[in-house]
Amino acid sequence: MSRTVDARGLLCPEPVLLTKKVIDQLPGGSIEVMVDNPAAKENVTRLCENKGWNVIVKQRGLDYILNISK
Amino acid sequence: MQKKRLLVGVTGGVIGVMAVLLVKYGNPPNMGYCIACFLRDISGGLGFHKAAPVQYIRPEILGMVIGAFGAALLTREYKSVGGSSPLIRFFLAFVAMIGMLVFLGCPVRAVLRLAGGDLNAIVGIVGLIAGIAVGIYFLNQGFSLGRANVQHNLNGQVFPLVTLVITVLVLFGTTVFYTSQEGPGAMHAPVFLSLGAGIAVGILAQRSRFCMIGGIRDFILFKDVHLLIGFVAMLVFAFAGNLITGMFTPGFAGQPVAHSDGVWNFLGMALAGTAVTLLGGCPLRQLIAASEGNTDCVISILGLIAGAAFAHNFGLAASPKGVPVAGQWAVVVGLILVLGLGYLGNKQFSMSGGVNFEQNS
Repeated sequence: MSRTVDARGLLCPEPVLLTKKVIDQLPGGSIEVMVDNPAAKENVTRLCENKGWNVIVKQRGLDYILNISK
Repeated sequence: MQKKRLLVGVTGGVIGVMAVLLVKYGNPPNMGYCIACFLRDISGGLGFHKAAPVQYIRPEILGMVIGAFGAALLTREYKSVGGSSPLIRFFLAFVAMIGMLVFLGCPVRAVLRLAGGDLNAIVGIVGLIAGIAVGIYFLNQGFSLGRANVQHNLNGQVFPLVTLVITVLVLFGTTVFYTSQEGPGAMHAPVFLSLGAGIAVGILAQRSRFCMIGGIRDFILFKDVHLLIGFVAMLVFAFAGNLITGMFTPGFAGQPVAHSDGVWNFLGMALAGTAVTLLGGCPLRQLIAASEGNTDCVISILGLIAGAAFAHNFGLAASPKGVPVAGQWAVVVGLILVLGLGYLGNKQFSMSGGVNFEQNS
């Protein structure tokens, strides 16, 4: 099942908290996280990698799309 | 990610070393860098308050803005955004500044004070951690200042460009600004050293996303030590530098630009910690983000400057003699207001258009 977290326009730690709420509920799968600032991109990536998820970052316009999967 | 972690450590280490150097060359003791004190001095330098001993346009702050702005432009990370509860941000920063001026320092100076042997800083840091924990509670309850939107690039350029103009005026030695003749405001390193030390930290902090609050916050929230490394590196390097230069004098009493009233050191920083956690980052981080085009963070900086002016115009700020009664009341009222805001700002009330988590899952 694919899920989306739209954290665009939010400053840390909100993007990280939103992502954590979703990955804490899921044993695995794939999630798309949208953020729009580099600090949020790095912080969400760090959280996911620490929790054993793979992260692939793409840029779409002014936004960063993080495809995370486990 | 390891490289980023190293960069956070380097940023903290450079702040620690440069802070000792700046004091050696003239800055007030244990005040190589202090975002709260320096914005307070700038507030006085611009004539917003009349406290004669604390008026000086601190080039360190100007340099940080220029360094971070330049780094953001070069790495194409500069982007003008805003519109996320600006007035609430102004208020939170305003109140946070009153708390910091009761303690006499921002989170950066709390660490630098400890590195210089000022044990009162431990009480302040414990208060800061307590405040961050309260802020995290509200964030976990759904507190949100809402989303920012992309703005025309000119919006974000106003702050760095005004800073640049002030820097030019300072470098040309104009006498348009107020400058202390005695007291902490009269103690400063040479302008070029201060400006250079600011630019270096501005660049490093922009690249590393260095944040004093973030370090403690992420450790409590996720047991993540990434940003905490900067906090520790600053402490270790400043401590070593103070030992080498003979500026380490451990104790509670008689510490420079500090008082030893534990209750208000704790509560002042607890107020600041709660308010800036709700803002999303420490004053240094706000300054860097403001320079990257985030106009909401510019509003936070204006709130800090206004809070400093208010604190000094109405006798709320502490001094080495202690904390005035008015300052004590201001902290109590500030705590009540910030706790009320934290409670009301959760998603049940959603006054700022907070994120609806259900839509995301």
